[in-house]
Amino acid sequence: MSIDHDTTQPRYTRLSGLEPLVLTPELLFVNVGERTNVTGSAQFKKLIKEGRFEEAVDVARQQVASGAQIIDVNMDEGLIDSEAAMVRFLNLIASEPDIARIPVMVDSSKWSVIEAGLQCLQGKGVVNSISMKEGEDVFREQARKVLRYGAAVVVMAFDEAGQADTCARKVEICTRAYRILVDEVGFPPEDIIFDPNIFAIATGIEEHNNYAVDFIEATRIIKQTLPHCHVSGGVSNVSFSFRGNETVRQAIHAVFLYHAIRAGMDMGIVNAGGLPIVDDLDPELRERVEDVVLNRRSDATERLLEIAERYKSKKGEAAIETQAWREQPVRERLKHALVHGIDQYIEGDTEEVRRQSTRPLDVIEGPLMDGMNVVGDLFGAGKMFLPQVVKSARVMKKAVAYLLPFIEEEKARSGDAGKSNGKIVMATVKGDVHDIGKNIVGVVLRCNNFEVVDLGVMVPAQKILDVAREENADMIGLSGLITPSLEEMSHVAREMQRQGLNIPLLIGGATTSRAHTALKIEPHYKSPTVWVKDASRAVGVAQSLISRELVDEFMARIRHEYAEIRERHKDRGPGKKLVSLAHARGQAFDGGWSDYVPPAPARPGVTVFDDYPLAELVDYIDWTPFFSTWELAGHYPQILDDAIVGAQARELYRDARAMLEKIVAEKWISARGVIGFWPAARVGDDVEVQTGDAKPTRLHFLRQQVDKPMERPDFCLADFIAPKNSGVADWIGGFAVTAGIGIESHLQRFEREFDDYSSILLKALADRLAEAFAERLHERVRREFWGYAPDEGLANADLIAEKYRGIRPAPGYPACPEHTEKGTLFDLLDAEKNAGIELTDSFAMYPAAAVSGWYFSHPQSQYFVVGRVTKEQVEDYAARKGWTLEVAERWLAPLLDYDPE
Amino acid sequence: MNRLPWLNTTRTNALLAALQQRILVIDGAMGTMIQSYKLDEEGYRGERFAKGYDGRHLHLHDHQHHVCDLKGNNDLLLLTQPDVIRAVHTQYLEAGADLLETNTFNATSISQADYHLEHIVYELNREGARLARECCDAIEAKTPDKPRFVIGVLGPTSRTASISPDVNDPGFRNTSFDELRTTYREAVRGLLDGGADIVMVETIFDTLNAKAALFAIDEEFEARGARVPVMISGTITDRSGRTLSGQTAEAFFYSMRHARPLAIGLNCALGAKDLRPHVETLSNLADCYVSTHPNAGLPNAFGEYDETPAEMAATIREFAQAGFLNLVGGCCGTSPAHIRAIAEAVAGLTPRTPVVYPVQSVA
Repeated sequence: MSIDHDTTQPRYTRLSGLEPLVLTPELLFVNVGERTNVTGSAQFKKLIKEGRFEEAVDVARQQVASGAQIIDVNMDEGLIDSEAAMVRFLNLIASEPDIARIPVMVDSSKWSVIEAGLQCLQGKGVVNSISMKEGEDVFREQARKVLRYGAAVVVMAFDEAGQADTCARKVEICTRAYRILVDEVGFPPEDIIFDPNIFAIATGIEEHNNYAVDFIEATRIIKQTLPHCHVSGGVSNVSFSFRGNETVRQAIHAVFLYHAIRAGMDMGIVNAGGLPIVDDLDPELRERVEDVVLNRRSDATERLLEIAERYKSKKGEAAIETQAWREQPVRERLKHALVHGIDQYIEGDTEEVRRQSTRPLDVIEGPLMDGMNVVGDLFGAGKMFLPQVVKSARVMKKAVAYLLPFIEEEKARSGDAGKSNGKIVMATVKGDVHDIGKNIVGVVLRCNNFEVVDLGVMVPAQKILDVAREENADMIGLSGLITPSLEEMSHVAREMQRQGLNIPLLIGGATTSRAHTALKIEPHYKSPTVWVKDASRAVGVAQSLISRELVDEFMARIRHEYAEIRERHKDRGPGKKLVSLAHARGQAFDGGWSDYVPPAPARPGVTVFDDYPLAELVDYIDWTPFFSTWELAGHYPQILDDAIVGAQARELYRDARAMLEKIVAEKWISARGVIGFWPAARVGDDVEVQTGDAKPTRLHFLRQQVDKPMERPDFCLADFIAPKNSGVADWIGGFAVTAGIGIESHLQRFEREFDDYSSILLKALADRLAEAFAERLHERVRREFWGYAPDEGLANADLIAEKYRGIRPAPGYPACPEHTEKGTLFDLLDAEKNAGIELTDSFAMYPAAAVSGWYFSHPQSQYFVVGRVTKEQVEDYAARKGWTLEVAERWLAPLLDYDPE
Repeated sequence: MNRLPWLNTTRTNALLAALQQRILVIDGAMGTMIQSYKLDEEGYRGERFAKGYDGRHLHLHDHQHHVCDLKGNNDLLLLTQPDVIRAVHTQYLEAGADLLETNTFNATSISQADYHLEHIVYELNREGARLARECCDAIEAKTPDKPRFVIGVLGPTSRTASISPDVNDPGFRNTSFDELRTTYREAVRGLLDGGADIVMVETIFDTLNAKAALFAIDEEFEARGARVPVMISGTITDRSGRTLSGQTAEAFFYSMRHARPLAIGLNCALGAKDLRPHVETLSNLADCYVSTHPNAGLPNAFGEYDETPAEMAATIREFAQAGFLNLVGGCCGTSPAHIRAIAEAVAGLTPRTPVVYPVQSVA
């Protein structure tokens, strides 16, 4: 009988995290991520020193996302308990599948730290490093341990006499180490990685001049004579004497790597994203760098120094570059302008190409689309980021706008219309006003030659359907942010089915999800229904749906995926069973009312802030969400120094700051707000508020029904207010603020200028200002208006981290997820009159840049997630609100723990 | 290469010779068989543990004993109902098993702590191996041409070294490499003293637990100056195709390879059908033998396994025909009838040839 599997396999290094990493020759060079190294990254060191491990984990995540194949972790720093930090960090990243999928390199000069690290790795990692510095016995002992823990190993070319500097010493030490490892210890040869020491060159000391050559030559011999091993090294050392001159340093790295890789170096700690391509280097610079790296002439260092200054000033370099691209042929200039988002010359250049073309449409279908294809490819490959794409789109839009009259004229003459990829009708659904994400998707689709008909916000289902028919659209895209929009999207899907549409339906927006789409939308519409995670996925989805070749396979996959989700959901079984409402109430949070006197507000009743000074809010901005709006992941301010998105984040931040200055100085928008405090008492899960009217107002809250140990309460916001029968006097507060008054005229101005970038930027900034306003007001409430924490003085980071007493939960968010209560809040505050904010049918606020919520002062008040609720609680809530069960089920749809009839 | 000699050269050579000739059969489930004896609390306690604690544990005064229910502590039956265990072992041998797994799945201090019986871990393992060896010897005396072997079993314990039990703190762990290494060391010592021919780390949910076990095994070998073959068997938890701790079969193999096992394989959680692609992955990569001992299908709504011997054997036969297998047996829900069917199904089929990773010589 024949055995059908291949009985020999190549002896490659085979490492693993959650997934395998096989170091095949095709990989050429294995990129070791180095940002999670306290000796190499000041930012990471700071995070570890301050115990900010969550952010430190984000650093690791970004490393992996940017293509690191192995992640180096080093905690060697005098002020850190390195063993504890190594264990904590490795345990944390072990819980993050997107990080843990790749192997870890445990990096320390202390053996105890390495061993602590190895004890946390389920995969096959790499030890960095061991050596014969303390003699062969220690080396042998450590190597045996490494083998016993199941790891590969980096061996430094270091022995009792010191670090190897010459080629001969490097080869001699590595050979000796190899023989001990392979012949005596039984170490697999493919699991040995030599680091033959990269030292700084061009230091002015003659003996150093040959260091790069020594490394390269040693690498060549090691790879030839010691089978299966690898050669690695820390590349940045080599250019150390040029620190401060990034251009020259990068050139040295590029040249050094070019030669070292050809000699057999196949792994390294290097910021590969930042490296120029050797062939792109200025020929003169390349020649002089090569002279230095290859030690080709005795005056090489002087000659490189001679010209190094020229490359030092980054600004100068940029200026030269700007000049250079203007010299190119006009078609190339158009492409360059698109890829780099420069709109300065676009009209002139467009006109020039138009005059060279037979038809104005050729300009779009030729050079402009070529340029946008490059943008699309770069974005798809993760080499361009969203803000850049939006800027490119602005250039494109301006060029198209310039051409439009000529195209109309041509069309009138010949009746010929251009062909687009497809037409999509997009809308934010009825009751919802949030459109930043939808606009970004629109821009990205337009960049990819889709025709986008954008119906704006609060669009009723019928209008979406009508326009889709009139426009003969190829697909419909729905967006929304607040939870009632989920229900509205299901409604649109049902209507599309009922009215016989058969074009694909795309679903997107912050609260949407694959699961919701699979369970609540797709079953209602027979034609393709697809959830789009974010703007970067939109093009792929739209193209797959429009393509005859792709659509069947794509939809088969999606449908299978959604069916599986439904299946899983069905089989979810009892899962975490909820407790009865009586049980949950029995486990309510106890405010300790017999020993606690709630503070009375310093200024009871309603206080209005008309035209609040914007300048005061700027410092309260939480920038992290601003960057995530643009799909740039990371925490502010670290994101500005991020290895991958840092450059883009800085540019976006500069633009945002510049616009913010104008917003404040030229008063583009104004901020209005209102707060109020009223006597309040808890009655069950309701709170009774005394407004001075005869009849008190009732606020209705929901309670968690999670099965928890007795000592952990099932929270309801009402618990933070003293019960009516306790006789304790207590108060509740409320607020509504906006920073969007007057924004429309500026948005229209940007629209006229075809400037989506500025339009999205302004909306995102207004959102941030509204949040900042809420944060600032809450601070003043604690210190002045309620006044229970007059001496509080917290930095903005602490405010963002909510390190203060009291909370400000918003109706529609997890602690009080039912939106209609916002109506009660607005009535109490008379927010429409006092702050100029309106509520839509779905209780979304307009202007969209608005925040509202309740204030609670209890020292132990905290945010929580109500989560799922049972039918029993829904019935109870309906009774309290004076609703039918059906109405309650609609408003609480996302929370229901059961399928309503 | 610095490898230690075999602890029992004759027996190991017989095992290696058998593996070259045919697909060897491992026994089936112990727990399912024990259930059929319907033992009550008293049955589990036997004489020595009649009061709910170890009457022979002389270091403690009476009031210091923790009294607790012992029903369900199947490993304890080695001491309290050895005849039951002996009977099950013998049934499997008679059904055609070449290898017996010791009844020591939970004989680690972490698992025995649930019964306050941490102090009998060594004893359980030693007795487990001794008893299984006794059964093998008895049947070998009747059929001397067919050697039988004892696999000393090291179970996964009830804790995981690379998964946090606390959702609010993903960095938290309720056990450590060192704790696991220490208890596994004690268990291995018992298994070897009792005469196990092989040790097997099995039902691996968390590869890091298994690494601690392999570390302990290696330490024990070094201390004795001799070794026995090691088998490793992971568990793909569900159809995601990963272990509970998140590894793919290929990543799992790379994490375990340094132990230079006699065999690597998969057991439990899934039935044979669902294990196929993962067994195939191991078969394509492993430079050692490949084993599998699946469950009798997936549990039904009552948590019972209902794949029949014939069904399971047919699937396994196809694995063997595809050239995936060197060792095969059964896990949860399998019975002597399953093992008999499997043994018949693979009889005469060619065992798999391990993959070779050639070492390049110096040019």
